[in-house]
Amino acid sequence: MLVFVLKRLMNALFVMLAVAALAFAIFQVAGDPVELMANEQMSQADRDALRERLGLDQPMLVQFAHFVGNAAQGDFGMSWRNGQSVLGLIAERFPATMELVLTATLLSLLIGLPLGVLTAIGRGRWYAEGLQFLSIIGVSLPSFVVGILLILVFSVMLGIAPAFGRGEVVNLGWWSTGLLTRSGRAALVLPAIALSLYQITLIMRLVRAEMLEVMRSDFVKFARARGVPRHRIWFRHALKNCLMPVVTMTAMNIGALIAFALITETVFQWPGMGMLFIQAVTFLDFPVMSAYLVIISFIFVVLNTAVDITYAVIDPRLREAR
Amino acid sequence: MKLRLKYALPMLALLAGGPATAETLRWGAARDIYSLDPYSYGESYTIAFLNHVYEGLVRYNEKLEIEPALAESWEVVSPSVWRFKLRPGVKFHDGADFTADDVVASLARVSDETSPLKGNLPTYKSSKKLDDLTVEIELTGPYPLLLNDLTNIQIFDEDWMKANDSLKPTDVSAKKEGYATFNTNGTGPFKVESRVPDSKTVLVKNDAWWDTPKHNLDRIEFTPISSAATRVAALLSGEIDFTENAPVQDVERLAASPGMKVMERTDLRTVMVGFNRKPKLADGRDNPFNDLKVRQAFELAIDRDLIKKRVMRGKSRSAGAMVAPEIPGYTEALDQFPPGDAEKAKALLTEAGQDGLPFTLTCTTDAYVSEEELCNAMVSMLTRAGFKPSLDIGPAAVQTPKRAGGQADVYLLGWANEPMLDSYSLLVQMIETKSDTAGVFNWGGWSYPAIDGKIKAASTEMDRDKRLALQTEAMKMAKDEIIMLPLHQQPVAWAMVDRVESVAQLADNKVRHWLTVMAPAK
Repeated sequence: MLVFVLKRLMNALFVMLAVAALAFAIFQVAGDPVELMANEQMSQADRDALRERLGLDQPMLVQFAHFVGNAAQGDFGMSWRNGQSVLGLIAERFPATMELVLTATLLSLLIGLPLGVLTAIGRGRWYAEGLQFLSIIGVSLPSFVVGILLILVFSVMLGIAPAFGRGEVVNLGWWSTGLLTRSGRAALVLPAIALSLYQITLIMRLVRAEMLEVMRSDFVKFARARGVPRHRIWFRHALKNCLMPVVTMTAMNIGALIAFALITETVFQWPGMGMLFIQAVTFLDFPVMSAYLVIISFIFVVLNTAVDITYAVIDPRLREAR
Repeated sequence: MKLRLKYALPMLALLAGGPATAETLRWGAARDIYSLDPYSYGESYTIAFLNHVYEGLVRYNEKLEIEPALAESWEVVSPSVWRFKLRPGVKFHDGADFTADDVVASLARVSDETSPLKGNLPTYKSSKKLDDLTVEIELTGPYPLLLNDLTNIQIFDEDWMKANDSLKPTDVSAKKEGYATFNTNGTGPFKVESRVPDSKTVLVKNDAWWDTPKHNLDRIEFTPISSAATRVAALLSGEIDFTENAPVQDVERLAASPGMKVMERTDLRTVMVGFNRKPKLADGRDNPFNDLKVRQAFELAIDRDLIKKRVMRGKSRSAGAMVAPEIPGYTEALDQFPPGDAEKAKALLTEAGQDGLPFTLTCTTDAYVSEEELCNAMVSMLTRAGFKPSLDIGPAAVQTPKRAGGQADVYLLGWANEPMLDSYSLLVQMIETKSDTAGVFNWGGWSYPAIDGKIKAASTEMDRDKRLALQTEAMKMAKDEIIMLPLHQQPVAWAMVDRVESVAQLADNKVRHWLTVMAPAK
């Protein structure tokens, strides 16, 4: 077991290094930040001096080694755009993204699960087919379109939800939360819906497929034969057996949600990590870009490794297989 | 008695209806400022915003003319020494007195080796305090544009900088955050109350401002909203009062909405076409653009009026000169241009032996107004005139190194002559032969010694009329040679709720809310 865990951890480390290398390779073709940083009046000599100070004149391998060495000590340097420490910037934005992502996850479970059960047990009925059809739209509508539609309807036309921002926030130590104020909660609604829409349809479809499978299984047939009430079969026996893959998928998707939140964040001017990244890209703020990529992939890798190890703990066959 | 007066004054003010109507302006911008430190990054938008908080020795008035600010008067003592008399009685936001020491320390900070704004004071050598309210600035030689440069140099309090270890500019390579990045202490009309990057920066009125306020704002809430659709929605839903960046395609709709108004004009930025002028193009061919006939054919192929009508929805200003009319050095004679004529262009191209000339047109997606449409229109106009252009378009971050590195055959470049607002900016940065100190934007790599001579002469000419005449001559020579081909000045649109009574919208497209007046809230 220990060997297995060590192997997984080694794997994770290599993945992280690969991600960092890939990020670095991308930067080489992304353009020259000095051209963007230098203001119009800066002379060529000053530009060269700036390039040197930022270490951009070094060969790529040296820059990479430097970056990995610093990152391993948790030092991601300073943002070139605004002279703040990158780690501080990301820590500042992290609560906003997490609150959005967790609310979206909660929403997708609260809405997706019942809808999945509903479409499974009502298979062939008009409402189930209707929901199935709507879910196709949900999957295929890009989230920025959803966001703008939500803003148009609920902010401009109805005027019941703010179009942008996070509202008033309260600081609990280093964690700034919008959940404790009225305007903060109001501001969370639209972006959370926009972000969760895709997840809702995904969970709904997953639960539906699993439910249909389980409903055909012998123990459901026996339960039915024993006269167990139908809602008990659906929500206790059948749904319980569907939850395992749903939980796995939700856990894995939190990483994806953090990564994809950047589109929602840009539309709603949600001051989270995604927006930080988008702005870093337009400015070629390499320290922020690389730190973001490393941290996001770190979250992915941790989630995946944790899931793998948990599985191995539950099911010894998986340990032998590797 | 003294004590009583202290209470009586606010009472009187209340009776007169003064502070009872607190005006808040909610300002939605397309982007955030980078930092609260004007010297952290030499960027005009951040500096323009921070002009609400910090001030320079001089400033631009409502007609874009230079007027005294923290300096009351000045004189040129010798060709390279300027003496400034400072305004007495000015206080920083923390109550400290403004003195000559503050000016000396601020100039030292901005001209430091690691300062990103060093280039904004190109000829600065040193400064010294003569007495508490007199400062002398020494330059490397005669230089006529010092005042223009000083409009963008904002003055800090020396003691405050000392107390907070901020005498040197923040250097991103030093890996240490600067105090001035998050804190301010200026002399300006507004104080910073709070700032959360990317979400909100709040300014409140500085009651102790030395100048008589023309604005009636008590509070400004500055919110960046980067998505254009969201910004418009926020304006329509009443969440913001003002934006200086209304998307071109939404202007009509906004103007037609009840309770909204839109202010439009063209700005100082002239969008131009630049040609690669090295002996060989990036693909190794002999460079056909070194033939004046080819460049003339190029100009004839472009129908500026059609671009204005079709691409810019009639809102741009077609240009024959490389600078806008507001920029000193502009003359109407330079602003003439031939009407587009595909037939004539084709004949000229054939005469030059370059029929079907293939080349790439390098454009960006995010630098200029409606740039994609503009470049597509140019491609079809050029094709009709016998050129064979292919369009290379991408974000500025990717395209800029290509253009600066001479890999682009033909490129677009806009120039607003900021921050000095003088045609010398264009000439020294773009037209002069590339060297350590000039021609940074001479991306085509040309060299015209005769023009360089005029620019060099202008750089030390202290007589304004003579200097501008030299600059006009240099621009005429550049125009005759079609070094850069101007297309137009681009439109800008500010949108606001109609409660905003007056806003100063000048050609430099900078927001000056110390001139903004709002009607009282109902």
